[in-house]
Amino acid sequence: MSANDNHDTGSHVAEDCVPGSPAVGRTVGQEIGGYLLGLGLAAGLTAMSFWACGTRSIYGPGVAVALLVLAVAQIGIHLVFFLHITTAPDNSNNILALAFGVLIVCLIVFGSVWVMDHLSHMDDLNQHLAMSALIKRPT
Amino acid sequence: MSTEVLRAPPAPDTDAEIATHVATSHSTGRGTGGPASKRIVVGYGFWIFLLSDVVMFSALFASYAVLFKNTAGGPSAQQLFDLRNIALETGCLLASTFVCGMASLAVSERSMKWTQLLLLLTGLLGLTFLILEAREFASLVVQGAGPTRSAFLSSFFTLVGCHGAHVTAGLLWLATMMAQFRAKGFREDIRHRFLCFTLFWHALDIIWVAIFSLVYLVGTLPPQMLP
Repeated sequence: MSANDNHDTGSHVAEDCVPGSPAVGRTVGQEIGGYLLGLGLAAGLTAMSFWACGTRSIYGPGVAVALLVLAVAQIGIHLVFFLHITTAPDNSNNILALAFGVLIVCLIVFGSVWVMDHLSHMDDLNQHLAMSALIKRPT
Repeated sequence: MSTEVLRAPPAPDTDAEIATHVATSHSTGRGTGGPASKRIVVGYGFWIFLLSDVVMFSALFASYAVLFKNTAGGPSAQQLFDLRNIALETGCLLASTFVCGMASLAVSERSMKWTQLLLLLTGLLGLTFLILEAREFASLVVQGAGPTRSAFLSSFFTLVGCHGAHVTAGLLWLATMMAQFRAKGFREDIRHRFLCFTLFWHALDIIWVAIFSLVYLVGTLPPQMLP
């Protein structure tokens, strides 16, 4: 058994951690504090999103980007404080699955938007070419 | 299976004891000392399911983003969305997910009174969210902006309606969990189900963060401010 243990020298953690389960050895008070901190941060980011939407003090075309960034930040807060995802070695399986999910989500969303945007550009271009061909045709 | 039962020490009572028990056992679930515990396997499997659910939502987000401007001469997002209602819905769901976290602490403390109370509050906040959303959908349909009006509205109702359907399923699950805790107590298998429920409920709020930011708030920006 000891030879077996020495084999896996890099890992000192006993077992993987499940998403949603709190860290070992924390009191209920600390746990409630963590949830309250998450709630406060999430509420603050939500308020900032609604403020950014109504304000004219941010450069106009930047507002949509600000909303995207605030949404990503709030999703991060939810993952850390409510789902208890950490960077600890007992979380590496959870993080790897999450990273794969994020990769697929980005491919689907940005890929679709990118491809469809170019498709409508090409449609406009084709219509333009067809129109100019009609106009320039010698009679 | 039977050898595991024979070897098993007296069942630990609270989650803290379980954590200590787990920390001193040799099953890492990584090829040394045998398979991971059932709690890990159940929770990780449900995590994978949730990520696949998020991938499904991403396809709905992508179709909404592509069809956003195809209003077919009908009303646009900027004319339709009422941000005060959305702020209320957001508050309800965020409070609900927080109370759900509190309920999971009550379960790990084995307090039946607090578990039932906090789960009831979680459900009531979720129900308020659903009622607000149903009212919003009804008012859109009455205005002649139903899902059949344009490609934009079809994709909008599919995306937001799919989230609403998830919340409805979550409320049924929540009621089942309350009944099972009452009837069967804090049994291990019931606590595994409850772990999955809390993951599901938190994931729904994460989806809602993307919906209120990217569908409602970005949707109400004037057209010249859109990228």
